[in-house]
Amino acid sequence: MGMLEIKNLSIHFGGIRALNGIDLAVRDNEILSIIGPNGSGKTTLFNCLTGIYHPDEGDIIYQGESLLGLSPDLIAIRGIARTFQNLRLFMNMNVLDNLMLGRHVHMKKNIFAAFLRLRREELRHRERVEEIIDFLDLQAYRKSRVADCPYGVQKRIEMGRALALEPKLLLLDEPISGLTSEEKEEAAYRVTEIRGRFKIAIILVEHDLKIASRLADSMAAFNYGQKIAAGTPEEVQRNPEVIRAYVGEE
Amino acid sequence: MDLTESYREELRLIRKPWTGAGIGLVVLALLVIPWLKMDYLVYMATVVFIYAIGVQGQNILIGYTGQISFGQAGFLAIGAYTFGHASALGIPLPLGLLAAGALAGIFGVIVGFPSLRLKGPYLAIATMGFGIAVYQILLNSEVISGGRMGLMVKKLPALFGLTQQVTFYYFTLLLALIFTLISYNTISSYAGRAFIAIRDNDIAAEAMGVNLARYKLLSFAMSSFYMGLQGALYSLLIGFLEPNLFTFMESVTIFVAVIIGGLASIGGSIMGAAFVILVPQVLGAMKELVPVIFGVTILIILIFEPQGIAGRWLKIRLYFRNWPFR
Repeated sequence: MGMLEIKNLSIHFGGIRALNGIDLAVRDNEILSIIGPNGSGKTTLFNCLTGIYHPDEGDIIYQGESLLGLSPDLIAIRGIARTFQNLRLFMNMNVLDNLMLGRHVHMKKNIFAAFLRLRREELRHRERVEEIIDFLDLQAYRKSRVADCPYGVQKRIEMGRALALEPKLLLLDEPISGLTSEEKEEAAYRVTEIRGRFKIAIILVEHDLKIASRLADSMAAFNYGQKIAAGTPEEVQRNPEVIRAYVGEE
Repeated sequence: MDLTESYREELRLIRKPWTGAGIGLVVLALLVIPWLKMDYLVYMATVVFIYAIGVQGQNILIGYTGQISFGQAGFLAIGAYTFGHASALGIPLPLGLLAAGALAGIFGVIVGFPSLRLKGPYLAIATMGFGIAVYQILLNSEVISGGRMGLMVKKLPALFGLTQQVTFYYFTLLLALIFTLISYNTISSYAGRAFIAIRDNDIAAEAMGVNLARYKLLSFAMSSFYMGLQGALYSLLIGFLEPNLFTFMESVTIFVAVIIGGLASIGGSIMGAAFVILVPQVLGAMKELVPVIFGVTILIILIFEPQGIAGRWLKIRLYFRNWPFR
């Protein structure tokens, strides 16, 4: 039984069918890579999974429960965290507070305790956050304002914030794009580390075919809102339709 | 040099002995002011304390949560009239203050609902409508406003052998200190983080599990509670209420205090409150110039120091900390 099942998912904006009858399944502790050219619906799929868009048709079953109609915060509470293609960090907070916000859903919240500065909860969660800071090598930036951090570090902060939520399913939207080749290798290594260490399932959207197929257990290719191929990375890479979408016809 | 040894130490309100000493000195100076026997100074300081409470509340809403509101005068009036009627009914003063804040807070939640849909200037217009509506209701309802005679409010009695004025001075100082503390504590808690997250990136905040509706409304409720309390204290100060105390200009004054003091700064809010109170006093006879000064100051602040007085203060401190290096 998979942890996530997407059935016949469709959504359109005006005349554009952004997703058209998508079927996908993610097993426990699996890395699924989704590839596809720009505008093929990869990010739209993430937005549907996290409740930002509401699909017109189809269903999303996560751990035996439909996610349709849930707001993004309720989906986060159920253990789905994501990163964004164009970084959506809290730019004026420091790194530590960004990660602490990732703990938001796990905190016991009592506004009167906040008024009185009772901070036992903060301390408890701070320790979890420090583990993530160590894991992502963010020690040097702990108290820096996020806006002042370099791009590669910001990408790591966003991944850290998602991890702080202790997700069961992590959605990574192009975690490797825009990085230097050295940072790319590091980021790719971290993705496998995350799977091994936190025992979670990951859906990865990526342009870099080589890295995407290296990391993935299974792979799906999108084009114009449709799933054109699915299977092991080797199968998908050899699929003639995928080659046509990526390199064009001979 | 920052030698912190535990996470607990980092969460303290006052982390460095120098900060503690500085705050201690300021509080001590404020405690001593009445002994100088300058009634006018005591009066001005009392008004600043009262305004500091409301401006802080508005800064939590506007500066930290990023929800622009122009309804301040409405909440101020609700707080003031609630307290006025409560005290006329013989309800004890602490309960009256609580009721004033609470009712304003409830209206804050109601006015906050549009914020779940509206952003920026649109929200500003919606809240502005509320502020003006409250004023119009007061003008046209003699039951609430006491008609042409206005509403008399019994002042705080003289206590502990102090004069009435000095008693009230200490009373407002105490409340201002308490609410400043609550502001600082809230801002550094999970709630403050959620507020700032909503301001910086609401989509990401929601995707990380922050319930936008809950925290926006919490911010509205808190800021309106502060505002209502300010209204109640103001009615205690002047002992008389009439609708014309709560025109749109009052909303603008408090908004100006937030901007000039510095967005997202509690200390800045207090300085901003002092600014909007003291400028008209300094100008004395040339009161018509007040809006001009406010306008020009806002322009200067927005162009040269978007962080307001608080930002300038931070830079001055940094300069002296690094002195003689730069």
